Amino acid sequence: MKRYLLPLVIFIVLVGFLAVGLNRDPRVVPSPLIGKPAPAFDLPRIDDPALRMKTQDLRGQVWMLNVWASWCVACRQEHPLLVDLAKTSKVKLYGLNYKDKRDDGLAWLQRHGNPYIASLSDTDGLVGIDYGVYGVPETFIIDKQGVIRHKQIGPITAESLSTTLLPLMAQLEATP
Amino acid sequence: MIARLIASMLFSLLALTAHAKEASTLSADPALEARVMKVAEELRCLVCQNETIAASHADLAVDLRQQIRIKLREGQSERQILDFMVERYGDFVLYRPPLKATTVLLWAGPFALLLGAAFALTRAIRSRKRVASAPLSTPDLQRARQLLDDKGSPGA
Repeated sequence: MKRYLLPLVIFIVLVGFLAVGLNRDPRVVPSPLIGKPAPAFDLPRIDDPALRMKTQDLRGQVWMLNVWASWCVACRQEHPLLVDLAKTSKVKLYGLNYKDKRDDGLAWLQRHGNPYIASLSDTDGLVGIDYGVYGVPETFIIDKQGVIRHKQIGPITAESLSTTLLPLMAQLEATP
Repeated sequence: MIARLIASMLFSLLALTAHAKEASTLSADPALEARVMKVAEELRCLVCQNETIAASHADLAVDLRQQIRIKLREGQSERQILDFMVERYGDFVLYRPPLKATTVLLWAGPFALLLGAAFALTRAIRSRKRVASAPLSTPDLQRARQLLDDKGSPGA
């Protein structure tokens, strides 16, 4: 009986590893930017390209940067949640219009609602590369010191909002 | 090992033919283009994770190839460009991940498994030999002899 014990233990350990591995989403790659200063940008606003916005302008605030595009299907899925969030909370939500034409982006906001304080045009996707964006939509939470504290890859859900994003933002808001 | 070599040769041949077309449209300098592809082959496309940035047709891969092209033109080294990518996308972007504390299991794991299996195998073989060389009891020996005599006798 005892001689079967070791193979059994090895088998169970292996099954454990596989079970954990299979339940992970392989599309979610942990970002090396967590805990690092948000890459600086200086971009025109989509509503008025004459107005520009820099990362420094948001120092001292906890803000959410949502990467979206009119061609992004999954963005449509999370968008009602963002519109709702903008109506019901004081979350400082900014948008990064990633690799999109300005007209397409504006039309999309018109149709689906505009929850953003401002959306910034990243037409050539270079700021997206700086932020390690690879699967739109992506959402970053940036603290008062301008450090990235969280990155969500893929659409926001009601669950991720209430269990992760909002508690983290409240906590960051409470710290000086 | 040889199979791997052949596979990688075939693959790079495939990659070369695939990129010959792009080189003419994107840059007139074939030497630069070859260097771009060399760097791009070290990088994983995060949109389609089993493809290199050299092989992928995803938008992001096209953009990143353009980044590599610009940086090489600026005179940056291959190392600098790989570091640029790792800063943004993490170690996962490298097809050959670096040996670090977090990747030790990845590098040493297969060898540890091999050693473990070799150890188990030698132990199993040794214990089998011991069974074989154990002396037979007298009744067993007699039975064996009887059987052999039966079989060995001509015409049986």
